Amino acid sequence: MTFINYASREINCKIVYYGPGLCGKTTNLQYIYDSTAPASKGKLISLATETDRTLFFDFMPLELGTVRGFKTRFHLYTVPGQVFYDASRKLILKGVDGVVFVADSQEERMDANIEALYNLEENLKANGYDLMKLPYVLQLNKRDLPNVIPPDELVSELRRKDEAVHEAVAYKGVGVFDTLKSVAKQVLTELRKG
Amino acid sequence: MTDTPMIMREQQYERIVSVLHKLRAESLSRVVFLVDKNGQPIAVQGDVSNIDTTSLASLAAGNVAATGGMAQLIGEKEFPTLSHEGERESIHICIIGRTLLVVVFDDRSSLGLVKLRVKQASRELALIFEDVERDSQQKREQDDSLFAGITDDDIDSLFN
Repeated sequence: MTFINYASREINCKIVYYGPGLCGKTTNLQYIYDSTAPASKGKLISLATETDRTLFFDFMPLELGTVRGFKTRFHLYTVPGQVFYDASRKLILKGVDGVVFVADSQEERMDANIEALYNLEENLKANGYDLMKLPYVLQLNKRDLPNVIPPDELVSELRRKDEAVHEAVAYKGVGVFDTLKSVAKQVLTELRKG
Repeated sequence: MTDTPMIMREQQYERIVSVLHKLRAESLSRVVFLVDKNGQPIAVQGDVSNIDTTSLASLAAGNVAATGGMAQLIGEKEFPTLSHEGERESIHICIIGRTLLVVVFDDRSSLGLVKLRVKQASRELALIFEDVERDSQQKREQDDSLFAGITDDDIDSLFN
């Protein structure tokens, strides 16, 4: 749910990074955090287990600049990818304006990708959203690994509509900002449509 | 968007700030702030120089969402208030419709006093938010025309 504050002239939007466990959702946020000027970002909050797996969510606020006199602020969230944290994933999708699905390109993770995508659709539905109508981007992560599935195969399995697809190597930053830009543009375009 | 955006006018914002100001004074608390249920900070009163309000807002919303999830698992609709007591600082959170009222206080106040004052302020805030909701619906057309003016170049310029 976009929050437009006329008093402070701000537009706040929520973007959620979704995907199977260990696909690189937190790595995306970490890279954005590390490469953004201090003035444009707040703290990166990670609610993680002792072994650094996301327990509830990661969060960072990111200010992109001004549109028509309104400061645009994106709140970036990740969900915990592990299957048994489903209740938490559902909660984090509340009020979402745009979703990035981070797919793990490795062959052995294909089933996990499909399961997570199905889970995303279900949890969106439970919150009253339809993936087909929501700003949405597909990221094919871990493209630098040796056992990856070719992009067109991944796309044919995982693409749900005409969403933008970005290849990425999140820990090196490859494709990270392209993905963010792509989803942020869609969110602002939705706002324009009203 | 799938659900109605919350659109807040300056006058409504000023009314909210004045309720928060009064609440902070009467409850002898350090900081009072209002957050929407998705973690977006709306308004704040008090000395926040040592508090990261954006992070606190997001965590308060996560906290309420998690306990709300637990409530539903045991057959409750939600837990309308949450309190966390620390050695020196404490937090009291109260759900008001789509928003959360978060009060940070120390030993100069007490949970009882905070709860009492929050109850009074909640009623006033609920009335203001009825206005905000109504306005958010009614003023969409006007805002649509404002945001319809956003061009692709405007959007691209954010990323340069």
